[in-house]
Amino acid sequence: MNQVKKLPPVSEISVAVLTLVIAGGVYLASHLPQHVSMTPTVVCIVIAALLVITNVYLINTIPNFAWGTFFLVAKWTLLAYVVIAGTLEYIFIKDGVRGSTLAIMTSTLVLFALNLPIHFGFTVARYADQSKN
Amino acid sequence: MAPPQTEFKIVPTKALPAVAVVLILLVIAVATNRLWALDFFHVVGGGLWTAIDLFLGFVIGPIVGGMSIPARMEFSKKFMPKMLLLMPTLVLMTLAGGWQLARHEGFILSSDKHHAWVVASMIVVGLMAIIALGYLEPANLGVLFELKKERPNGEVIGKLMKRFLYTAGITGAMQVATLIIMTRIATL
Repeated sequence: MNQVKKLPPVSEISVAVLTLVIAGGVYLASHLPQHVSMTPTVVCIVIAALLVITNVYLINTIPNFAWGTFFLVAKWTLLAYVVIAGTLEYIFIKDGVRGSTLAIMTSTLVLFALNLPIHFGFTVARYADQSKN
Repeated sequence: MAPPQTEFKIVPTKALPAVAVVLILLVIAVATNRLWALDFFHVVGGGLWTAIDLFLGFVIGPIVGGMSIPARMEFSKKFMPKMLLLMPTLVLMTLAGGWQLARHEGFILSSDKHHAWVVASMIVVGLMAIIALGYLEPANLGVLFELKKERPNGEVIGKLMKRFLYTAGITGAMQVATLIIMTRIATL
């Protein structure tokens, strides 16, 4: 039987990234079109980016990780969320969001679209048959 | 005992053109900024999203929770691939249509009387997104991939299905908050 090993907290970190990205996005969106301090959102983005990098490192340290399954799920998830993030980006541009606000919103969407493939790919790969990868 | 049936599609590819058409129409609605089109996408998407979450959380969830593992597996094979395409499409329709609608009507301006309720809806949607994308959707995918195996692990399926049904119940309960917020916005 396929035993589930003790693995690093990749899923928990992914949820933390998601929380930071959404919190930063809601803070900024709730103040549009006014100019407000970008600091809270920038802090969220920086921490989220560091956590995404940490997750990539942690997955790399897992012995016999099912990379085949991980990439199979991750690539299609990436495609789906690039479409979703792209639609939202289009809306922000259409609405006249420009400059630093647009840069921050774009960073938020990029992190959103990068984090989910890692999260979904890891969730499926952790239960995968190693022999098939 | 008959061998498990692993021949099913995780992503129902036949439905992809329908999703593409919906997304194209959504972009046209945003580009043209027509009030009716934006309202249509927001109301139809939001209504279906809310109803499905409530129905799943409070009707289907408890029924599936009481089924045997093989029965749950059979149900999941038919049900979960459809959810994989349906829910993200409805969520995108609702959020994109709703954002543009709020902008069109001036609800996102902090001086507007609806603003506090719009921010409340953003927070509720944000929390639902964390639950749905953080727990519900990965559990959905995990179950589907487990079912694809020659010998699916009933323990893994049971664990992931439990997570799926609990989180569906939580998002269903949060949809009640969405209903309150949206009806308040419509009647202020």
